[in-house]
Amino acid sequence: MSVAANRAPEQERTVLVVPGMHCAGCMAKVERGLAGIPGVSAARVNLTARQVAVLHDAGVTTPALVDALAAIGFPAQPRVEDLAPPASAVKPLLAPLGVAGFAAMNVMLLSVSIWSGAAGSTRELFHWLSAAIGVPAIAYAGRVFFASAWGALKHGHTNMDVPISIGVTLATVLSLYETVTGGATAWFDGTLMLLLFLLVGRTLDAMMRDRARAGVDALLRQAPPGALVVGKDGSVEWLAAGQLVPGMVMRVAAGERLAADGEIVSGQTRLDLSLLTGESAPVAALAGAEVHAGTLNLDAPVDVRVTAAGQGTTLAEIARLMEASGQVRSAHVRIADRASRLYAPAVHTLAALSFAGWMIAGAGFYKSIVIAIAVLIITCPCALGLAVPVAQVVACGALMRKGVMVKDGSALERMAPIDRVLLDKTGTLTRGRPVPDPLVLASMGADDAAVALALASHSRHPLSRALVEALSVEGVSAATLEAVREEAGEGVRASWNGVEVALRRPGLAGGMASVLDIAGRPAWLIPFADSLRPGATEALAELAALGAPASILSGDNAAAVAEAARATGLDAVGEASPQAKQQAIAALQAEGHKVLMAGDGLNDGPALAAADASIAPGTASDVGRQAADFVFLGESLAAVPIAIRASRRTMAVVKQNFALAIGYNVLAVPLAMAGKVTPLIAAAAMSISSLIVIGNSLRLVRVAK
Amino acid sequence: MTGLALLIPIALGLGLFGLVAFFWALRTGQFEDMDGAAARILIDEEGDGLP
Repeated sequence: MSVAANRAPEQERTVLVVPGMHCAGCMAKVERGLAGIPGVSAARVNLTARQVAVLHDAGVTTPALVDALAAIGFPAQPRVEDLAPPASAVKPLLAPLGVAGFAAMNVMLLSVSIWSGAAGSTRELFHWLSAAIGVPAIAYAGRVFFASAWGALKHGHTNMDVPISIGVTLATVLSLYETVTGGATAWFDGTLMLLLFLLVGRTLDAMMRDRARAGVDALLRQAPPGALVVGKDGSVEWLAAGQLVPGMVMRVAAGERLAADGEIVSGQTRLDLSLLTGESAPVAALAGAEVHAGTLNLDAPVDVRVTAAGQGTTLAEIARLMEASGQVRSAHVRIADRASRLYAPAVHTLAALSFAGWMIAGAGFYKSIVIAIAVLIITCPCALGLAVPVAQVVACGALMRKGVMVKDGSALERMAPIDRVLLDKTGTLTRGRPVPDPLVLASMGADDAAVALALASHSRHPLSRALVEALSVEGVSAATLEAVREEAGEGVRASWNGVEVALRRPGLAGGMASVLDIAGRPAWLIPFADSLRPGATEALAELAALGAPASILSGDNAAAVAEAARATGLDAVGEASPQAKQQAIAALQAEGHKVLMAGDGLNDGPALAAADASIAPGTASDVGRQAADFVFLGESLAAVPIAIRASRRTMAVVKQNFALAIGYNVLAVPLAMAGKVTPLIAAAAMSISSLIVIGNSLRLVRVAK
Repeated sequence: MTGLALLIPIALGLGLFGLVAFFWALRTGQFEDMDGAAARILIDEEGDGLP
């Protein structure tokens, strides 16, 4: 029986999100680790999406796979289906790019011989061949632009794609006419090359958006909010946040975040509200207390009766505020579109003028229209189409290598003119999590530290986990313990070489602290505090030097904010509600300032959406990461001035690129209007101006230094 | 002229071959994971037994 069952196992495919994978070594470890599990037949990592697809027998459960990955050091989560990655922006462009590339090269091959003097039937044959390749290729590869131009025209406005589409269509029609009538010049080569260059620019732009989105999605997908729901019969079941209904009772373990608003039914604990309000001091909560979604349970498990879920929660209220505050963003017109608004009418006027001029001069309809079309082709915004995306892609790549992810190119445009910075305190200016006092850790003996690490590793309490992290970094290895038991809300007890040891909360908990007891030795009181991010002082000084002075805008209590203000020397506003933060930004904007908001919490969401540009740390809440334009990984606050400086240099290069592209037009247009432009000149001018723009943009490779 | 009759189809055929190969690569998902493909070459397949 077992033989038959083994021969035809039911194969299943599971996709896990593994945000910790970064390199070839990680890929190999994950793939080999999973392949080593009995019942797993294949595991394939997708590094771009930070996912691994596992092909396995039905007997292997998802938790088993997650545990196996955790054992080799990679926290993983099953992919949440409704958060599946949005369709890639690059993919639909690759096939048109391939076709345009193929056609441009082959038609150029034929054109070279025409330029070299092929005449008569050879030229006619080559024109027909060019048409046979060019017309279908233009129709296929040009769809990207035609569709976008048509969409803009239908809504009564114009974009960069309108002059492109008009130029390409007219040039194709003229070339076909020339081919059929056996004329001397056809423009298929130039038209195809134009499409190729423009598609390259478009693809680079899309690639940048995809990359940034992949990084942000990997962060977003790793924390599916939900709760353990206790049934009437005492059974427990994990439900996603969307399935929670008022009246249900959630069991929230220490170290978990609440998935819905509610009221504590049993148990007592302390809650960390920092993500929701910015308040840094833990708040005690007894049975009957009202609690909000997004708060972190610190001490002991509690049962919470849901009073509002989904649309009714404080979270949903914040989401509504954010929706209402995106006007600055939508009012921003990207620099490429601004340029094309000026450019398109200018080009079309020039073409019309040349036509009229030559008609008046008596050149005849045919010659006049040929010259007008030559003007359109030569002015087609080829270098202009590359000017923005190439610069932004290069800059985003440089920023990404520094751990700053850019959501899209317009973020760089909005970031460049920033002249005021508002910083949230908890989690942005500070690390947002408690760190054990390094002086106390340093003065502990090796034995004591080893016991502390061993005890702390048995608890999911946030303070214990902070202690594990701090001690592991210092290279302490855990002592061997026996009879370990965790008492919820009290601490962890165990025996170490026959001695009673414990890591517990202090008797009269004033601030945040843990006590390490080792029988026969004096007890250690380990205080925990939220500390400034590394590099904060330097980063703030640099912001001031960049002409973007910072101040603190926090929801935390006045005393804690005043302390941070003293430590950094900044102005500070405390106890600001999400609405107050939004109003503070609006007030600055009304004075003509361009405001950058740096924040992480749910309460910062509306402010992040309202500011001209926004940046959030990678440790921020989902809302914060989604609302922010930039997300910086890593601890250091230096990412903020780096992002501002990189944006400014990028915009400087974009403007140089525009100047180069327009300078080329200033040279080429008089030639075209004089009727002196041949397909050869058009092709050469187009490639040279594009190469110059690309070369200029590549100077941004080191922009994020 | 006879040279052209031979060479032009060859040139176009080579180009077309490249285009078909590109479409094949696109369809079989070879552009799904650009970062992974770049990193995968560094994985040491025989490295398991070595220290």
